[in-house]
Amino acid sequence: MEAAIYTERTEQIFRTGGEKKFELVCDKESLAGAVSQRACVFCGSRVVLYPIADALHLVHGPIGCAVYTWDIRGALSSGPELHRLSFSTDLQERDVIFGGEQKLYQALVELIDRHSPKAAFVYSTCIVGLIGDDLEAVCKRVSAEKSIPVLPVQSEGFKGNKRAGYAAACKAMGRLVGTGDTSSISKYSINILGDFNLAGEIWLVREYFAKMGIEVVANITGDGRVADIQRAHGAALNVVQCSGATMDLARMMEERYGIPNLRVSYFGIEDMAESLYAVADFFQDEEILARTRQLVAEEVGSLQQELADYREALTGKKAAIYVGGAFKAFSLIKAFRLLGMEVVMVGSQTGTREDYEELAAICDPGTIIVDDSNPLELSTFLKEKEVDIFVGGVKERPIAYKLGVAFCDHNHERKEILAGFSGMRNFAREVYGSVMSPVWRFVPRKAS
Amino acid sequence: MKTMTYKKKYVSTTNACKLCTPLGAALAFRGIEGAVPFLHGSQGCATYMRRYIISHFNEPIDIASSSLGEKNAIYGGGPNLKLGLTNVINKFQPSLVGIATTCLTETIGDDVPMFLHQFRQEASGGPLPHMVNVSTPSYSGTHMEGFHGAVRAVVDALATGGATTETVNLLPGFVSPADIRYLEEVMGDFALPATILPDLSETLDGPALRQYDMIPGGGTPIAAIKAMGRSQASIEFGRTVAEPLSSGLLLNERFRVPCTRLGLPMGLRETDRFFHELEAISGRPTPRRHALERGRYVDGCVDGHKYVFGKRAIVYGEEDLVVGLTAMLAEIGVKPVLCASGGKSGRLAQAITAVTSDLLAAPPVVREGMDFFEIAEEAEALAPDLLVGHSKGYPLARKLAIPLIRAGFPIHDRLGGQRILHLGYRGAQQLFDRIANALIEQKQDSSSVGYSYM
Repeated sequence: MEAAIYTERTEQIFRTGGEKKFELVCDKESLAGAVSQRACVFCGSRVVLYPIADALHLVHGPIGCAVYTWDIRGALSSGPELHRLSFSTDLQERDVIFGGEQKLYQALVELIDRHSPKAAFVYSTCIVGLIGDDLEAVCKRVSAEKSIPVLPVQSEGFKGNKRAGYAAACKAMGRLVGTGDTSSISKYSINILGDFNLAGEIWLVREYFAKMGIEVVANITGDGRVADIQRAHGAALNVVQCSGATMDLARMMEERYGIPNLRVSYFGIEDMAESLYAVADFFQDEEILARTRQLVAEEVGSLQQELADYREALTGKKAAIYVGGAFKAFSLIKAFRLLGMEVVMVGSQTGTREDYEELAAICDPGTIIVDDSNPLELSTFLKEKEVDIFVGGVKERPIAYKLGVAFCDHNHERKEILAGFSGMRNFAREVYGSVMSPVWRFVPRKAS
Repeated sequence: MKTMTYKKKYVSTTNACKLCTPLGAALAFRGIEGAVPFLHGSQGCATYMRRYIISHFNEPIDIASSSLGEKNAIYGGGPNLKLGLTNVINKFQPSLVGIATTCLTETIGDDVPMFLHQFRQEASGGPLPHMVNVSTPSYSGTHMEGFHGAVRAVVDALATGGATTETVNLLPGFVSPADIRYLEEVMGDFALPATILPDLSETLDGPALRQYDMIPGGGTPIAAIKAMGRSQASIEFGRTVAEPLSSGLLLNERFRVPCTRLGLPMGLRETDRFFHELEAISGRPTPRRHALERGRYVDGCVDGHKYVFGKRAIVYGEEDLVVGLTAMLAEIGVKPVLCASGGKSGRLAQAITAVTSDLLAAPPVVREGMDFFEIAEEAEALAPDLLVGHSKGYPLARKLAIPLIRAGFPIHDRLGGQRILHLGYRGAQQLFDRIANALIEQKQDSSSVGYSYM
């Protein structure tokens, strides 16, 4: 077993319940030669800004960066779908030698004329950081000529990991915030940060807030619109999910506009209800609180029987979790417990020390906690713990399937809502539908 | 023939019809037994490519990375490359590490051959795996240049000469695992020992396992690659592959292995050319089962010809695949109206003329260096009845409300992309049935009658 662990990585793995005090090293650069599941700075920026549907997203770099992020997230839009196109300057050798600024300028003008976007984000890639194109200057020039915000995103791939990309994305959005008219915004108003409207989740969450009597000013960024983000500073509260991705923006808005923020999660019944109550409590309004109680009671009530059935079938099954940011892991652990399941491994690409310490505290003894893992380790853990279902993203899926372990995609490609109360039903269905499939009886792991 | 040199109309690229160079190299290295593909660049490249490849093959693919950070971009990536190699060698115990560069390391000017030389010198004891490097800046060429470049780098590094063997080198290019399995079968039926390089048939389409293999089983054995310089002949597919990227020509120049360069054996006549070559090399006629497959294919074409005749098709994707598909379509009476690729070999139009000129009244429009925005723009005036290509054409097919016949890579929106058979009479038959049935289905679904016979 130990052979699967790189010596340099032993400090990034912790097993709960032993004699050892919690200690886990994270936020390290990925080990060269280990097949990290992490991506890069550009990836972080791209996924955060991607759902802003009426903006032009131009990747300044060679073709790969743009083509691998074409329609990469199932982030839905209720209107324009400009975000689903993949725009690139497709830098060629001569651009690398002579500089790509002119090409960037021409491409921007061409695409803005063609699509009339409300704003443009220009992503820097590894190579742009090296050849020294002045993104800021080109953006400024085009912005003046076309009269729309044109925002550079300093997302050179090698300048850190995904988290640095989140920060760069927030910085770019920060330049939009504060430029719109806020006069008609209710005092009971929020921005939703850190939901990306995969499978339409933000619509569900917005529906909850509407029922509570709360106005949502801006979706940041699921089903996002430039104009909404421009007036986001008029909201009374920032409600932040997926803390890693958009927390920087929330902090900036707190400093600049005094808008407080709440950290929430919409996954699982418990966290969803807690999140709604926390928002209701913030506004200190009896009517809102009453409506929230009613909403939660109705929603939870409608789920009970079905969840009880799933729980009966799934009790005692073992789950492993490997996600991008750690926030999701907390909710998933609770959701699995609600289904009577045991979480035996939990890890993330970019969790912080605090995240992991908290995870270690809430997990059962013997749980493996891991930072920035790789297929070799993950497959070893799956086998060692005799996992029944693995939750992760596309890159984790074949590891599970190859070993004959059920899998739940909790990332970009899913098509079913997993957030909110009805999302818990979908999650239970999906877990049940994968764990209970007869196919596992025939895989080598189980076949005698 | 229209527009050999197509001047790009737009500065920007929208929805590219090509992938980047290192991805092709990583795929090619994956087809070598015991090999680990290794990208010298930032972590994101390897991760993105893995994700892209996984979504097609539904198989694990480990691509190691030197994971360069900001410091390395300034001071050079040598130390990380060496550390990465050490880790890969210790953990995977590979027989070969295939190192492809990226735009980052090409731009900072990392001298990979020198680093590898130093690495070999500094290595203490223990045998080292083969380390083969290929220069794949993503700002130059497409994944196909990366693929062929990697194959050639492996041959260049490993092949040796000596007494001639009975073996035939088969250099298929980037085809599906099902295609490779088919080729293995054909070579076996001709009783020709073959070295197929690369061989993705198992490495990217393997069975369910009890143990997670650090390196998947299968792939072209290293010993077989070493012996390629002693083979009796080479057959290389790809009419648009440039000479400097041809492994067959390299083996010919260096070891005098006769090399026949053919198009991908797709459709009837391109497959005939392949079988004729095998007949010539083996000195035996086409085995009965393949002659029968040919006969059945012709019979099938006759049965279905009315449903496809005159239908207008847009074909897109990798240049050689486009040539093969276009040849096949022209033979069955489909009218290719646009043949498009993101690649820019400068040879696409010529290759398409070679396979269609006696069949088509008017040559199709052939465009290199295209993206899907331009394909969609051309499509408006072309009134196509179907699209043939990989799954990234789906948005266009949906917009035009016409069938998409999925072929090539990637197939991200259906299961079984790795099992699509494109080659040979058998592959042509399957492709023909899918095309004809898609057209029949569309007519049936849109008919008010709901016919229960064709």
